Amino acid sequence: MTDRKDHFVAGSCLCRDCLGESRTDAGRCPNCGSPRLLAHPELADLAIAHIDCDAFYAAIEKRDDPGLAEKPVIIGGGRRGVVSTACYIARTFGVHSAMPMFKALKACPGAVVVRPNMEKYATVGRQIRTMMRDLTPAVEPLSIDEAFLDLSGTDRLHHAPPARVLAGFAQTVERDVGISISIGLSHNKFLAKIASDLDKPRGFSVIGRAETRSFLAEQPVGLIWGVGKAMRARLARDGITRIGQLQTMAEKTLATRYGSIGLRLSRLSRGEDVRAVIAGQGAKSISSETTFFEDLSAAADLLPILRKLSEKVAARLKDKDLAGNTIVLKLKTASFQTRTRNLKLADPTHLADRIFRTGRDLLEREIDGTRFRLIGIGVTGLTEGWRADPDDLLDPEATKRARAEAAMDAIRARFGRDGVGVGLTFAPGKDDKR
Amino acid sequence: MKVTIERANILKALNHVHRVVERRNTIPILGNVLLKAEGADLALKATDLDMEIVDAAPAMVEQAGATTVPALMLYDIVRKLPDGAEISLDTSEGSTMTLQSGRARFSLQMLPDADFPDLNAGDLPISFTIPGPQLKRLIDRTQFAISTEETRYYLNGIFCHVIGEGDGAKLRAVATDGHRLAKAEMDAPAGSAGMPGIIIPRKSVGEIQKLLEDPEAIAQVELSDAKIRLTIGSVVLTSKLIDGTFPDYERVIPAGNDKILTLDKATFKSAVDRVSTVSSDRGRAVKLSLSQDTLALAVNNPDSGSATDEIPADYKAEPLEIGFNSRYLLDIADQLTSDTAEFRLADPGSPTLIHDQDDGDALYVLMPMRV
Repeated sequence: MTDRKDHFVAGSCLCRDCLGESRTDAGRCPNCGSPRLLAHPELADLAIAHIDCDAFYAAIEKRDDPGLAEKPVIIGGGRRGVVSTACYIARTFGVHSAMPMFKALKACPGAVVVRPNMEKYATVGRQIRTMMRDLTPAVEPLSIDEAFLDLSGTDRLHHAPPARVLAGFAQTVERDVGISISIGLSHNKFLAKIASDLDKPRGFSVIGRAETRSFLAEQPVGLIWGVGKAMRARLARDGITRIGQLQTMAEKTLATRYGSIGLRLSRLSRGEDVRAVIAGQGAKSISSETTFFEDLSAAADLLPILRKLSEKVAARLKDKDLAGNTIVLKLKTASFQTRTRNLKLADPTHLADRIFRTGRDLLEREIDGTRFRLIGIGVTGLTEGWRADPDDLLDPEATKRARAEAAMDAIRARFGRDGVGVGLTFAPGKDDKR
Repeated sequence: MKVTIERANILKALNHVHRVVERRNTIPILGNVLLKAEGADLALKATDLDMEIVDAAPAMVEQAGATTVPALMLYDIVRKLPDGAEISLDTSEGSTMTLQSGRARFSLQMLPDADFPDLNAGDLPISFTIPGPQLKRLIDRTQFAISTEETRYYLNGIFCHVIGEGDGAKLRAVATDGHRLAKAEMDAPAGSAGMPGIIIPRKSVGEIQKLLEDPEAIAQVELSDAKIRLTIGSVVLTSKLIDGTFPDYERVIPAGNDKILTLDKATFKSAVDRVSTVSSDRGRAVKLSLSQDTLALAVNNPDSGSATDEIPADYKAEPLEIGFNSRYLLDIADQLTSDTAEFRLADPGSPTLIHDQDDGDALYVLMPMRV
């Protein structure tokens, strides 16, 4: 603690551009003239951060194509797809993620639509995560583009308090990765996540202990995680719309009225959240899925797509030197019902051949005239790659197919993914179905 | 139903039947044991719908009748009663059965005996007897290689069939999981000629093995192509057979392996065990490097370290390096009855044959691992 106090004097400002400290009321940094000053009485004492990349997919596309910089950009799939990310320019037209694409284009006809390139985004996501781990080992990824960081006790390591380390990190990401991030800094995960959203994009918000209660009191109950549409409606029926109303109610009353979630409401409404930042485990599964242009029901249409997806999953497993022993098939019907089917194998696999064959067996049982809009295949039960696909006494053909796949991989490594393929995925016209 | 029975008698019968009952059941009555008092016996029966075991214990039947009560609870109660206790069972109180022994008294919820499922065995045309130890040997030698893979369900048991005819006919048991194969055979018992090839499921195999622990046991076998029934003493086990085709395993047994390695089993086993200490879960490959009369063993685990060892061996062929799953090597070493083990090898990518020098009727095949 004394360490932090050495760096920060109460009442001083941190400049997010030059990282300098000053005492000023002028609203600009006396050292560099920047208006991006951060002042908070508890700035030196807060160590739990939530970092969220700004319009992540769109920002990467803009970075890679400077021609897009000034244009509204929407990342999303095809004619029937939905918006997965809209850049901040597109958002001014009312476009938001999860919006059907046709609606988005109606709201913003001038938008440039870019098909998502998940591999690229995942690479950038990993790059940023690696950089985060240079700050602290306690990095808990929430998704590809956001994570919690616990910087407690890192002052000596960085010779700076968390706030300055984070401001510096935002600059490093902008310089080295070419996208911007928003930071929320507070004393627990719940509040850090709320904070990162307050000042987006390129934001840095702080919620201190002193103002936690008063800040939350004004907020809508929907801000509490776990309070979705249904819970919000239930609370509204009981006349509760603001978190402040929950603060005045006894924990016991909320618990008896709403059950276990009532307890959570009570604690979170007062800004109490004891969950620790837990360093993230690696991926638990690897999967790939696609939504069709038109609903499909025939095996002949679905199998080539399944094969392509299996190859994608296999390539990612091999790339990460992983293998998994459970194959999961996912289907979404035209009426938006999701079916998942899985099968455990005797040995872990990372072969497209085995993933596809298992997926095909699972799929064949689902072919009953139902029209599907989406298919996906994944592998879970992940383990080290060396355990994958031991030779089988009874199935020498599988060994031969495994060798053929190794040969295909070698060709693809030299000539790209389309360098070689199996006949199933080569049928004319089939390629565009994805 | 009203019976009095000695603890030792009912415990012995429960020991035979209780393992059939699955610990978790969606159908409540499958968690129960059927009790049937008749004549001078109390019959007990448990089932999981794929297998049933019936045993009878001598009892004093005051009033004949039948009921079902939770099997594992009854087993636990009987186990916890003192040695030599007398137990009385009485169903006259309506929905619960009263179990009384000394001053201890239990009430157990009953379900109607009429609802207890029966594994209808149907016609079992083939019938023969096998001395218990011989049947047990077939199981002991092959059981470890049974697969647990759901997709190849036909490997989830021991394949039994008769080969040859007349005096030379053999009853052969085979099990494989694709990584290793075990084969054991015995002279075919009289009456087994014409028997269909059958696959006995893993769980039934385990129960049969336990019923054969008495070296004096004799098994009366009756079977069709769908079911098998074994009568061993007072116990009758009936099981469904796996409805599938066992693969052509003969194809897998290599005939031309000409590199012969002979070694002392105990020395080999402890060396494998020693070097595989560095592979955290014993699943890693042990690399065997064979050269003139020496065998070098090596395990390399990038996460923790590596280990090597060397033991004397009888080997005259050209040098060879080959990897095996250490666990599978130990499993097979455990099966061998002889002091020396004989490996017949071809190349690092082909199956290896392992012979039991003392038990010529048992044979093992092991698929190498890439190292």
